[in-house]
Amino acid sequence: MRAERNKPRRVAIFCGHYGSGKTNIAVNYALYLKKCGNPVRIADLDIVNPYFRTKDSMKELEAAGIPLISSNYANSNVDLPALPAELYSLVQQKNTFAVFDVGGDDRGAYALGRYRPYILEEDDFEMIYVVNFCRPLTPTPEDAVEVMNEITAASGIPFTAIINNTNLAHATTPELIRDSVRQTDKLSELTGLPVLMTTVREDLAPSLSDIPDLFPLALQKQYFEINE
Amino acid sequence: MAEKVLMKGNEAIAEAAIKAGCRFYFGYPITPQTEIAAYMAKRMPKIGGTFLQAESEVAAINMVYGVAGTGYRVMTSSSSPGVSLKQEGISYIAGADLPCLIVNVQRGGPGLGGIQPSQSDYFQATKGGGHGDYHLLVYAPASVQEMADLTSKAFETAEKYRVPAMLLADGTMGQMMEPVELPEKEPVMIDKPWAVRGTNMQRKHNIINSLFLNTEELEKTNFERFERYHTIEENECLWESYMMDDAEVCVVAFGIAARVSKNAVVAARKQGIKVGLIRPITLWPFPKKPIAEAAEHVKGFISVELSMGQMIEDVKLAENCKRPVALCNRAGGMIPTPEQVLESICKMAEKEGN
Repeated sequence: MRAERNKPRRVAIFCGHYGSGKTNIAVNYALYLKKCGNPVRIADLDIVNPYFRTKDSMKELEAAGIPLISSNYANSNVDLPALPAELYSLVQQKNTFAVFDVGGDDRGAYALGRYRPYILEEDDFEMIYVVNFCRPLTPTPEDAVEVMNEITAASGIPFTAIINNTNLAHATTPELIRDSVRQTDKLSELTGLPVLMTTVREDLAPSLSDIPDLFPLALQKQYFEINE
Repeated sequence: MAEKVLMKGNEAIAEAAIKAGCRFYFGYPITPQTEIAAYMAKRMPKIGGTFLQAESEVAAINMVYGVAGTGYRVMTSSSSPGVSLKQEGISYIAGADLPCLIVNVQRGGPGLGGIQPSQSDYFQATKGGGHGDYHLLVYAPASVQEMADLTSKAFETAEKYRVPAMLLADGTMGQMMEPVELPEKEPVMIDKPWAVRGTNMQRKHNIINSLFLNTEELEKTNFERFERYHTIEENECLWESYMMDDAEVCVVAFGIAARVSKNAVVAARKQGIKVGLIRPITLWPFPKKPIAEAAEHVKGFISVELSMGQMIEDVKLAENCKRPVALCNRAGGMIPTPEQVLESICKMAEKEGN
């Protein structure tokens, strides 16, 4: 099932299993909204992992004029799962688009709970499930449904769409992406949720142009990669 | 061939341990290794294994001691401050000649330090850490794939020699994601006639113990243990040599520091500098042989470390002070850049030598 969207919903929430690529997609989505001329705010709700988070993209977001609201302790190496009061501005300031980057699994989704009443009441949200079928605990659509149910139970917010972010980092192949599209369609069938997009590493996009709603993503280069 | 999955280093350790037949995990959460415990908490109940979050690191290591005595594969994991807490238990396990796996995903220290990657527990891992004469088998993975491969290797080798093994990683290795292929082969299990699993009234009961009040007996256990250590040094030392054949400068680095160094070696080679890398894969036993051989033809060594310089002492011992050994390091959770390592390589290459 493909998603039919006339205009983006005001609130976009990115959830998914641990390490599915939520942050990367949330940041890209916020930048995209801004590029289309919309005012945007992004929130880093990750209370699970103090190592990799939205704040790593701070400079890029700031340059684009997107305020990032995150824990006062994010990237300070203080391992404290505290969220600032300022986060309420995302649910209360209704003339601005809001992007929530949520921590992994059900444990990460618990942080959404306190914003749930506002989000449900306003009822202009997209609750997006990000899936990578190459992750060890979600190898099949059935496993992905199990994690999805755990997240729904923790957040209290029903999912509305799926993003297929299947990848093996530098080892991703076009065949892998094609397989993942079939798995994502199965996940869509099992859950009744539409597929918003399939992301793919920029350099692979040309060979996959026939895939509907393909979204090319840039991969961050790291200096301790083995170059062989 | 097994299918590839995208895993964090911490997850790779956990899944590889399960694939290696480990069904007992005892731990206590601490950044940056908490994913190991989280993964075990999800997986163990599904496969009939035991995951237990202990009340402390001290409790966890003593639970490991208990299961190790029964001869089943068992592990614990922690990060630097937590591993310090485990030292008493580790010494007891070594004293009782039991195999197990202890994972240390290092962070900056001393004290509570920080949560960013470090290699400053090298001394603790390779020189004892707890009290008494003992060694741990110490493996130092440099990729997520090696996190998995060395986990099963550590279990097997620990059992072969009845010694505790340690996987010494760091925050970067634990947190980074890479494609991994997990082994599909059945784990190799050996007979353990020493294990406490019930006698069935067929044999004399086994005793797991590290208390020997008779001095002659205690000395005997130490001598016997060190004979085993000697065999381990002969047979189980692992390292990787990279571009060493014609090298005039030898970089020595393990784990994340070796990955950074490899990039620097490639960059230096492009500038025409003959440099190579020796990457210890086992830190104990330390690969003395290739370093001693390198000392015959290089001008000098560079020890690249995420510490104030710990492995450098073993490098000096191995090359027998024949050549200068420089330290290229960062500490406190910082990682040396390839440029910093390249600068050290250039400096050493310019030295008058031979």
